[in-house]
Amino acid sequence: MTRYIVRRVALSAVTLFLLVTIVFVIVNVLPDDPGRRIAGPFAPQETVDALNERLGANDPLLDQYGRLLKNAVTFDFGESFKFGQPVKEVLFPALARSAKLVVLGLVLTLPISIAAGIFAARRRNTLADRSVVTLGLASSSIPEFVSGVTLQFLIGVQLGWLPVLALAPSDAGFFAELEYLLLPALALVAVYFGYIARITRAGTISALDADYTRTAVMKGLTRRRVMTRHVMRNALQPTVAVIGTQIGYLFSGLIALELIFNYPGLGSLIVNAASDKDFPLLTAGVILVGIIYMLTTLTADLVIAWMNPRARLVGERV
Amino acid sequence: MSVGSVDPQVLGPEPAAGPVFDARGERRLASRERLRLLLRRPGFIVGSLILLFWLTCAVGGDNITPLDPLNDFDVSLQPPSADHLFGTDQLGRDVLSRVMAGARDVLIAAPIAAVLSVAMGAMLGTIMGYYRGWVDEVLSRIIEAFLSIPVVLIALLIVSALGASGVIVIGTVAVLFTPIVARTVRAATLAEAQLDYVTAARLRGESGLFVMTREILPNVSGTLIVEFTVRVGYAVFTISTLSFLGAGIQPPSPDWGLTISDTYRLIQASFWWPTLFPALAIASLVIATNLVADSIDTVRQA
Amino acid sequence: MSDPTTAGDGAVATATANDALAVEGVELAYRVRGIPREVLRGVTFHVRPGEAYGLVGESGCGKSTTAYAALRYLPSNGVITSGRILVAGQDVTDMSERQLRNFRAREASMVYQDPGSALNPTLKISSQVIEAFTILGHDKDEASDRALDALRRVRIADPEKVMHRYPHQLSGGMQQRVVIAMALACDPQLLVLDEPTTGLDATVEAEVLDIVRSLRHEMNAAILLIAHNLGVIRSMCDRVGVMYAGRIVEEGDAIEVFEEPKHPYTIGLLQCLPRHGARKTEQALFTIPGTLPQIGTSLPTCVYVDRCALADDLCRNEVPPVVEVGAGHWTRCHHVDRLDEMPEPTVQVVQHEGRTDVVLELSGVSKTFRVHGHDVPALVGIDLGLADGETLGLVGESGSGKSTLAKSMLGIYPADPGGEIKLDHVVLAGKAADRPTAAMRAMQMVFQNPDSALNRAWTVRRILRRAIRKLTGVGKAEADRRVEELAEGLRLSPRHLDMRPRQLSGGLKQRVAIARAFAGDPRIVICDEPTSALDVSVQAAILNLLADLQFDKSTSYLFISHDLGVVRYLADRIAVMYLGLIQEVGTTDQVFGGPHHPYTEALLSAVPSVDGEPSERIRLTGEIPSPANPPSGCVFHTRCHRFIEGTCDVIEPPVVELEPGHLIRCHLPVDELGKVEVGTG
Repeated sequence: MTRYIVRRVALSAVTLFLLVTIVFVIVNVLPDDPGRRIAGPFAPQETVDALNERLGANDPLLDQYGRLLKNAVTFDFGESFKFGQPVKEVLFPALARSAKLVVLGLVLTLPISIAAGIFAARRRNTLADRSVVTLGLASSSIPEFVSGVTLQFLIGVQLGWLPVLALAPSDAGFFAELEYLLLPALALVAVYFGYIARITRAGTISALDADYTRTAVMKGLTRRRVMTRHVMRNALQPTVAVIGTQIGYLFSGLIALELIFNYPGLGSLIVNAASDKDFPLLTAGVILVGIIYMLTTLTADLVIAWMNPRARLVGERV
Repeated sequence: MSVGSVDPQVLGPEPAAGPVFDARGERRLASRERLRLLLRRPGFIVGSLILLFWLTCAVGGDNITPLDPLNDFDVSLQPPSADHLFGTDQLGRDVLSRVMAGARDVLIAAPIAAVLSVAMGAMLGTIMGYYRGWVDEVLSRIIEAFLSIPVVLIALLIVSALGASGVIVIGTVAVLFTPIVARTVRAATLAEAQLDYVTAARLRGESGLFVMTREILPNVSGTLIVEFTVRVGYAVFTISTLSFLGAGIQPPSPDWGLTISDTYRLIQASFWWPTLFPALAIASLVIATNLVADSIDTVRQA
Repeated sequence: MSDPTTAGDGAVATATANDALAVEGVELAYRVRGIPREVLRGVTFHVRPGEAYGLVGESGCGKSTTAYAALRYLPSNGVITSGRILVAGQDVTDMSERQLRNFRAREASMVYQDPGSALNPTLKISSQVIEAFTILGHDKDEASDRALDALRRVRIADPEKVMHRYPHQLSGGMQQRVVIAMALACDPQLLVLDEPTTGLDATVEAEVLDIVRSLRHEMNAAILLIAHNLGVIRSMCDRVGVMYAGRIVEEGDAIEVFEEPKHPYTIGLLQCLPRHGARKTEQALFTIPGTLPQIGTSLPTCVYVDRCALADDLCRNEVPPVVEVGAGHWTRCHHVDRLDEMPEPTVQVVQHEGRTDVVLELSGVSKTFRVHGHDVPALVGIDLGLADGETLGLVGESGSGKSTLAKSMLGIYPADPGGEIKLDHVVLAGKAADRPTAAMRAMQMVFQNPDSALNRAWTVRRILRRAIRKLTGVGKAEADRRVEELAEGLRLSPRHLDMRPRQLSGGLKQRVAIARAFAGDPRIVICDEPTSALDVSVQAAILNLLADLQFDKSTSYLFISHDLGVVRYLADRIAVMYLGLIQEVGTTDQVFGGPHHPYTEALLSAVPSVDGEPSERIRLTGEIPSPANPPSGCVFHTRCHRFIEGTCDVIEPPVVELEPGHLIRCHLPVDELGKVEVGTG
């Protein structure tokens, strides 16, 4: 198992390195005059030059690259233009706030989707199954901001059941905060239900059709035992993989939702940094999301390796 | 080249050829049957109708909207009524007309981005899946790096760095979708490359290019079609989101995402119609493409 | 007290109340898109307690379906439309779900075709085997003891170690033994084995069958064995039922049915196999014209009528009666008295000139793969010659290197530097891509799996035309002409040319594959298990075809197969491989006649033959070592029954010439080598 872990972590490191390179190409290599881009077409040339100097845009590319790599490793990207504070101090609180939303979204989505997927798989090709599949297909097709505004209107405005904006007052208790976060979390559920339900369904179907399930049934085990002991361990592996990748992507869904619900999380921070052309903050934010993605997929792969011995052991024949 | 004296008794009369069954009595379908099956699926029918509707709107544009989408009327923020089926927005424009007109930009941008990404992704994926080796390893790592960030985020990054224009948006989405397509095509190619007909081709001395394009690609085409349809859906999804964030289609287009970015705050004041109708339009278009893609995929595997 | 079962047409078989298994007039159909397609058309047979009954037939005949039906395991679209199944007196078809569970846990067990996939990959062996005992009511500790015991009974030497492993860490033979141990946990009344050794190597198969045979004496269970390999059935079963298109057409004592078959299908089937050491120079193989009927075809009268040589109007209009032809031996035929009118295979005597000119020569060819940082020697120092127009049979189990040898010859895996492959005395480049077109033309391959060997997207015409044009460089018109000629020569009708592979049956596809291999008039065709994926009746046609093509064009074959009967039929010379080395090479008569290399000896005695038991029964111990870790000295010494301590495990054996052309790699002197006589029948 350790060998697998080491290999997997090394792989992530390589990918991270490549990601930083890609970001570098986009931000430092492609634009020909970043200072001008930031200051706009009407700003005086001195301002533009000063900006370029500050950005280090006039240094040789290799130096810029080296700097970015160093920053990525130490996670110190300098100061945000807009906030004047070190990027770290701006990013991490926003990350914490987004994390609350993501966790709530997951807590709500996972049980429902997995249950729906298993439910559908056990009733293959019946009306119930087709409904779940179609519902899943439809729901995963809806962009987060669409489900966001729809829910905001229906539940927040029309029915008034939940607060319309997500940021709770600073003295609010745990449950009050939960109430505020519920609407955007539900919007997340609407979108991610589809992916997870469908992959769970597929995984469960393939496990149900497998020979080892047949063996278990032929042993005379009860249906429940067959499901819990034999089917589920195999069925849920693809689901774990998808959850790993989707958590990372949740941060993109968050962008739109944070705008709609006026929630100062990581997503809206990045969007605003983009429109403000606050490159240090923007670069750092994107790389941070990348790191989160790597961590979640790494964890997912490790969980799968724990569930599936074939993935981790180099088989020796007896 | 004849085999000479062969006793028919020895070889037997020609075995009949015809539909071949597998162990469960299920028959592999011929392509004509598959098409018929496809056309009868409710998912496919509903999806195609919706797509057809929006395509008509896109093609017709201003000419078929009931009212002028860009024109202001005196009455702003009127709820849906007989005159304005979807109501009017904050500038008094007819929402129905704007929604219909908004189909055009996204239905030009999304398919182009999808076609480009499928073309590039198919090339990459086939090369990776056939040659393997270090080319595959390196490209796979790069693909993984691209996939580690949600498309919308990198797109934001690119658009901020390079500016927003139709070409950049389409190009960005195309480039960012390419790794996804490449991964799917690579998997399909890998599966094909293991089959013996590929070895047989190599034993004839066929070049790599021939094997990839003439032998493998025709068998991967089904995957490509499905992937293309799915990509169109995701392209609509992504471009709408980018427009909503101000990094996609630019004003003064009646594009849906862009419209929503202007009007979403009005919801809190109970003015739901300028936001919800464009939102439903986006949803319906993406759902329609996914329904069609899913139907094709199911029928293809039958 | 016995009551005769009426099975529609009055089956003779009388079932008793004590039968372990009684299948009575069972009709089963699969519902496909709303239409029921018949699979079993009134199957009736019974198995007495302690008896071993074999169900044999080709693919699609319904034997596996019957086996699963005995435990009432049907696919979701399967439905028993008529009849019933009684196991130890209980009607399986009528049970509630809870009764069925109980029944499966205690009364009946099953062993499956693919043991690797039958075991749960995420659970340790201990969990899975213990489960078979806890379900009987034992507590964890007691179940654990019994589990260890069960593993010992199936001759697993170190059960504690195996218990802590996962299924994928065990070899195929070991996995199957675990499955058998689990099946025997409840001391069942009925043990069903569905193709239990298909897919296992010959020596491993022999051991597994041995275990089942020896366990029979300890058990009360009746055995229902499903196989398509007639040899396995003969060596394991007391009685046999021959199935065709969902019906049993003949039933009786196993040896009697195979020696004196009384149904045209059984007769045909047995004649399709190379029997009693038959050789291609002596006779062609009998083939059964036509194809197996598809599931759901309407066959109201005799199921075999479309392919039977004796069929007449009576057969088409009336259901054939059940005729008793011996004690407990009956058949379903109208024309039992006319069975000797069935056509015999034509005798073919071919003048065999001594073939001496060597077409292909391998000297010191080795191939080492690099896997996970280890060197795996798949081929070690191969020296081989192939003469013009001769067939060299290549025999060996998994890890022997026979596939690697074929691929190295063709240049798919370039051989290690130092070895030489010469075609017509010209050295060939290691990689296929570096060889001239003429060399590619001269050496072609026929693959094992016809489904994977043909491009699904191309028509047959295109497949053949491309091969012709690419290999010979002729123009379009000439190529088209040659396509027609080639097709005609292989009995492919013009309408086949415009079809795609998926519209063709397995046998036809393989013919197209052979046609493609012959497109450029090759000198050598490498056949890698070309008939393993085909039914017996189809296999015979393909073998005849290959033999004829060879006689006609003087093509040489490298014929790889695990089926010794087929190799003996087709090959002029044979090479036996083990762990990358050639252990023995000689003419077919020499290799089969003996004296043999100990490995050959074991192989010959292991293979169950429809012709009867071999004169010796050598039991090999241990598993086939992994090629990554070859044993020292003689690679075979870990399993050799004539192993000499101190010599065989230390020193590599020399290559000794027993007689001209017959070489053996062994330390033993000639008089200590064995001789096995196979299938004297």
